[in-house]
Amino acid sequence: MSNKKRELILAFESSCDETSVAVIEDGKKILSNIIATQIKSHKRFGGVVPEVASRHHIEQVTMCLEDAMTEANVTYDDLSAVAVTYGPGLVGALLVGVACAKVVAFSHNLPLIPVNHMAGHIYAARFTSKIKFPAMALLVSGGHTELVYLPKENVYQIIGETRDDAAGEAYDKIGRVLGLTYPAGKQIDEMAHRGKDTFSFPRAMFKEDNFDFSFSGLKSSFINTVHHADQVGEKLSPDDLAASFQQSVIDVLLHKTEHALDTFQIKQLILAGGVAANQGLRDGLDQLIRKHTGVELLKAPLKLCGDNAAMIGAAGYVAWKNGEVANLSLNADPSLEFEWFKKEQ
Amino acid sequence: MNVLAIDTSNQPLSIAILKDKELIATVTTNESKNHSVTLMPQIANLLNSVGMKPIDIDRFVVAKGPGSYTGLRIGVTTAKTFAFTLSKELVGVSSLAVLADAINEEGTLIVPLFDARRGNVFAGGYVKNGTELMNVIPDQHVSLGELLEKTKSYKHIFFVGSDSHKFEEQILEKMSKEQRVVFSSNEDDYPQAYHLGLLGIKEKPVEIHSFVPEYLRLTQAESQWLENHQEKVDETFVEKI
Ligand SMILES: [Zn+2]
Repeated sequence: MSNKKRELILAFESSCDETSVAVIEDGKKILSNIIATQIKSHKRFGGVVPEVASRHHIEQVTMCLEDAMTEANVTYDDLSAVAVTYGPGLVGALLVGVACAKVVAFSHNLPLIPVNHMAGHIYAARFTSKIKFPAMALLVSGGHTELVYLPKENVYQIIGETRDDAAGEAYDKIGRVLGLTYPAGKQIDEMAHRGKDTFSFPRAMFKEDNFDFSFSGLKSSFINTVHHADQVGEKLSPDDLAASFQQSVIDVLLHKTEHALDTFQIKQLILAGGVAANQGLRDGLDQLIRKHTGVELLKAPLKLCGDNAAMIGAAGYVAWKNGEVANLSLNADPSLEFEWFKKEQ
Repeated sequence: MNVLAIDTSNQPLSIAILKDKELIATVTTNESKNHSVTLMPQIANLLNSVGMKPIDIDRFVVAKGPGSYTGLRIGVTTAKTFAFTLSKELVGVSSLAVLADAINEEGTLIVPLFDARRGNVFAGGYVKNGTELMNVIPDQHVSLGELLEKTKSYKHIFFVGSDSHKFEEQILEKMSKEQRVVFSSNEDDYPQAYHLGLLGIKEKPVEIHSFVPEYLRLTQAESQWLENHQEKVDETFVEKI
């Protein structure tokens, strides 16, 4: 047999409200990507309830594992390693995936690879095309909004992040004000396409020379506008409100991203995270990148913007190639973060 | 039959390897602050110490609750994954029964209990008949007062578990003069996975995928939701996408 042996990673993801197990070939091909989502359950409570999430994960995890192995049509002997999200996320939720991955790795003598969930989101883009370094990632999700510099493979450095709410959090909060059901992001995105930016909400941190974001001022301004209208009995267009809110969020994201493009010499800009599925943001970045010749825009596939184990397998493959292995005492780290970028002196 | 028994339902961590009813190796630590960090290395060490591999185990037995929600999930996830990934048997045993099984007192109601905070306990009532352990008051989440009410008809009661000492005064105050009450001593205060293994040998294996901890308590969010949504209880809330 002259064929080079394919390298298969079995990956686990359970950081929030999706239980997912995947099998990934050579870090770039999805053989299976089973996702059990709990959205319907948490909809009952208007947001993710951590204890409920943890209980669902344990109901699902071995079933997802079985389905992932069956769909990929592989045995444990075919695997090269086991990758697992160990943070950031909900601690009780993370622990289910970590415990399961440890047992599979130990039982079948496979290396265990610890993966940062946010690196996973970035590597969702690996299923679109190869990542070229140095690169910059704009990560926008329910819990995170940050710009991450990737000088080379498996190195992630934050250059800026949100000072208060994550963009996805702001979407959920104003969704509640608009009376939308959780999660509101997709509905607001659709409403925004029907409305116009008539309210001119504030764009925070525009003048400051950094890469940080802030959405709390926008959120307050939005809530005040709606409350004031309620008090005087005025009816505001929900579509225009959504459009104005979304435009403000996108302007802030694009402005800081452009600042990063002007400051760092990079080959690729990667859009990743749950909010990366937002059509307004995707369109905005398409326009922005046209002004920056030599920089390629790499967007995570729409289907892989939400949480899934395929992206953990892709990031895990790179971590494994770079020698990152955990032992059986691996713990969940709910507040795991990338290191901060430091200017060389 | 080789058995690996795992109890992480409260602060103590106890694991044991049995060959049928015989104890091969066991370790119990009461200082384990974090079962997520310590459980797997302890299992690996214990197996290694007797020259065994995970594949040599025929049945995985786990304390399924009640107890600390996080502790239970670590133990149950570990046991069910072992059983699934190695195609072996899985058995769950009440965490309270594990404590009760260590007490060799016939003609006494054995009441293991865990503190569930705010005046509540997780507790059950057991009777020992030779080596048979019978559950006579089902495991439940209950106020201490209500629990004592349920033990009224028993003359001799044996309270078991380190948490039982917290309630000694309250219990003695509420018991009638005819009742004779005893509290466990130090060596019986903590679960011994050997007893878990012994109980687990007698049980029938369970279906692995659907096996979850017995929390004996809904989350607050769910019980509030149920108050207003009686009609939708059968709905499934998790979907494959
Ligand atoms: Zn995520």
